[in-house]
Amino acid sequence: MTEIFGVPTQALFGQLLIGLINGSFYALLSLGLAVIFGLLNIINFSHGAQYMMGAFCAYFLANRLGLGYWWALILVPLIIGAFGVVIERLMISRLYKFDHLYGLLLTFGLALIIQGLFRNEFGSAGLPYSMPEQLTGGRNLGFMFLPNYRAWVIIASLVVCLGTWFVIERTKLGSYLRAATENPTMVQAFGVNVPRMITLTYGFGVALAGLAGVFAAPIYQVSPQMGADLIIVVFAVVVIGGMGSILGSVITGFSLGVIEGLTKVFYPEASNTVIFVIMAIVLMIRPQGLFGQR
Amino acid sequence: MKFKRKLIAAAAALALTAGAAHAQISGNVVKIGILNDQSSLYADLSGQGSVVAAKMAVEDFKAANKGFTTPVEVIFADHQNKADVGSQIANKWYDSEGVDVIVDTPNSGVALAVNQITKDKGKAFLNSGAATSDLTGKACSPNTIHWTYDTWMLANGTGKAIVKTGGDSWFFVTADYAFGHALERDTEAVVLKNGGKVLGKVRAPINTQDFSSFLLQAQASKAKIIGLANAGGDTVNSIKQASEFGIVKGGQNLAGLLVFLTDVHGLGLEKAQGLIFTETFYWDLNDQTRAFTKRFAAANGGKYPTMVQAGVYSAVTHYLKAVSALNGDDGTKVIAKMKEMPTDDPLFGKGIVRADGRKIHPAYLVEVKKPSESKGPYDYYKIRATIPAEEAFRPMADGDCPLVAKK
Repeated sequence: MTEIFGVPTQALFGQLLIGLINGSFYALLSLGLAVIFGLLNIINFSHGAQYMMGAFCAYFLANRLGLGYWWALILVPLIIGAFGVVIERLMISRLYKFDHLYGLLLTFGLALIIQGLFRNEFGSAGLPYSMPEQLTGGRNLGFMFLPNYRAWVIIASLVVCLGTWFVIERTKLGSYLRAATENPTMVQAFGVNVPRMITLTYGFGVALAGLAGVFAAPIYQVSPQMGADLIIVVFAVVVIGGMGSILGSVITGFSLGVIEGLTKVFYPEASNTVIFVIMAIVLMIRPQGLFGQR
Repeated sequence: MKFKRKLIAAAAALALTAGAAHAQISGNVVKIGILNDQSSLYADLSGQGSVVAAKMAVEDFKAANKGFTTPVEVIFADHQNKADVGSQIANKWYDSEGVDVIVDTPNSGVALAVNQITKDKGKAFLNSGAATSDLTGKACSPNTIHWTYDTWMLANGTGKAIVKTGGDSWFFVTADYAFGHALERDTEAVVLKNGGKVLGKVRAPINTQDFSSFLLQAQASKAKIIGLANAGGDTVNSIKQASEFGIVKGGQNLAGLLVFLTDVHGLGLEKAQGLIFTETFYWDLNDQTRAFTKRFAAANGGKYPTMVQAGVYSAVTHYLKAVSALNGDDGTKVIAKMKEMPTDDPLFGKGIVRADGRKIHPAYLVEVKKPSESKGPYDYYKIRATIPAEEAFRPMADGDCPLVAKK
């Protein structure tokens, strides 16, 4: 067997693929954050809690209402998105006139409250959620066994990421949105309902988090702190990619997943710090992030 | 002059006796501090459940010993699985809040830190949640009792059973901190001693979400047994993902070296069935454990007790017996008294605490039931074997505990 730095190439390819899978979660979550920050200037710290709620919501649909995974893929983003809309209307909208820091504090506090409530109700060991029948099993690629579900997650998240990028950067609706962030008064003068647009954008970003939660439910534990563990990494991804850059967050998400995967082969002990090391280096050399403009 | 001297002597004697009645209970209250994980991966197996167990122990002890009128208070805190946070709380509790004994403390890293602080300050530490066998080995202390289980006992119970049934080549996926290292070390020793071999190991950070990279490495090793030297959420995630990557279907088997009732609950029987591991307590052992569990579940939101929580109940019960016998709560003296008195409680039966601080009781090799065999939530285990108390734990002479003279 051929080897690279003492690691069999087979194992290396396997790890690269796994890195891509994890990267697709990073990309999906950081995309939501980037949309919310880029268009609304809110640092949404409750993103991890919303991702967790998405997973729990899928669990409830399955166990209380008997609605399976495919229903969850459609319903959960709608439910979690609606929750986001309510939060935005009731609380966040009151903070636009203040510094970013207030939004950050509010959403961080919300995340703690939501996670605390879920932990109190469901404990921390997590709940089981089974994989949809159609996606169980996997195929042998020669160098590794690829579970069908993981392949599905990579493809689905790529589609969602590119779709979002396309809508925001290439359509008329997206141009309204971008214009509204540049100069809300002017856009409103043209008859566009800016506050409603902002509310819906926040709802959309939150829905993305909920969707990622559904993707995650069959692989990870559905547990109250699943988002808290992930959100810090995802913020690092967004910072490295450049706050608010949509394409940047997607590309950075996937590539950091791969880098993390490789670290797990060569020096596993560092696998949960490598992203922060990269963040520190990027901030020193290019403080606006790899794809940031400001 | 003579009269005056007598008066002083009498006053002094009076002061002494008056003092003796109360001064031995510091602050006139026995204060029990539950220090554990309240919010993260070990919160279900210890957490609030341990607080409930301690409160039940106090209640039951007071009901059985009406003469014991000293107030007993139970407080708790979250160490967040960080040794520095845990140390800070322990210091604050001992120095300024009058805590007499710290109980539970899962996470071996935090436990070893609290072990040292307790020794330095002459208080008492009853550990139920942590696993490292070093607590009664090279780090043993006259102020610590290790109550429920340890890595040597897990390795000896599970490791031996698996090697004997043909699982003779191992690959370890190890939690990268004091606990994982100790569990891997103790299990490796058992595997080698019984004629097996270890093909490789990988260290995964604590609280890892995705184990697939590590599992792929384990798969590539072609080892018959993948030993999971981790706990709580880490074990749940590794078992869940191993099934996804077809590891068991490919002919390799998983050995969960430390699995708790709550983990099986979180995995569901579909994924957990057939796992073999060692526990020292199961709620469905006998009438007494069932009666306890019923009360416990009612106070703990319907969740059943793990061995760690049962251990907290048992340890606090024995602690209060010693405090009552001594009529004092000086840490070093109480621990010495606890070692001297035999233990007896409804959950672990009769037992002893050894000179090295190891509490001795039987251990159970259990197998997780198939979904079809289970009658409902928490009906999860079949007891495959009972390991008698004398064999379940590491012989005192092998532990290198400085408290015990070498023979």
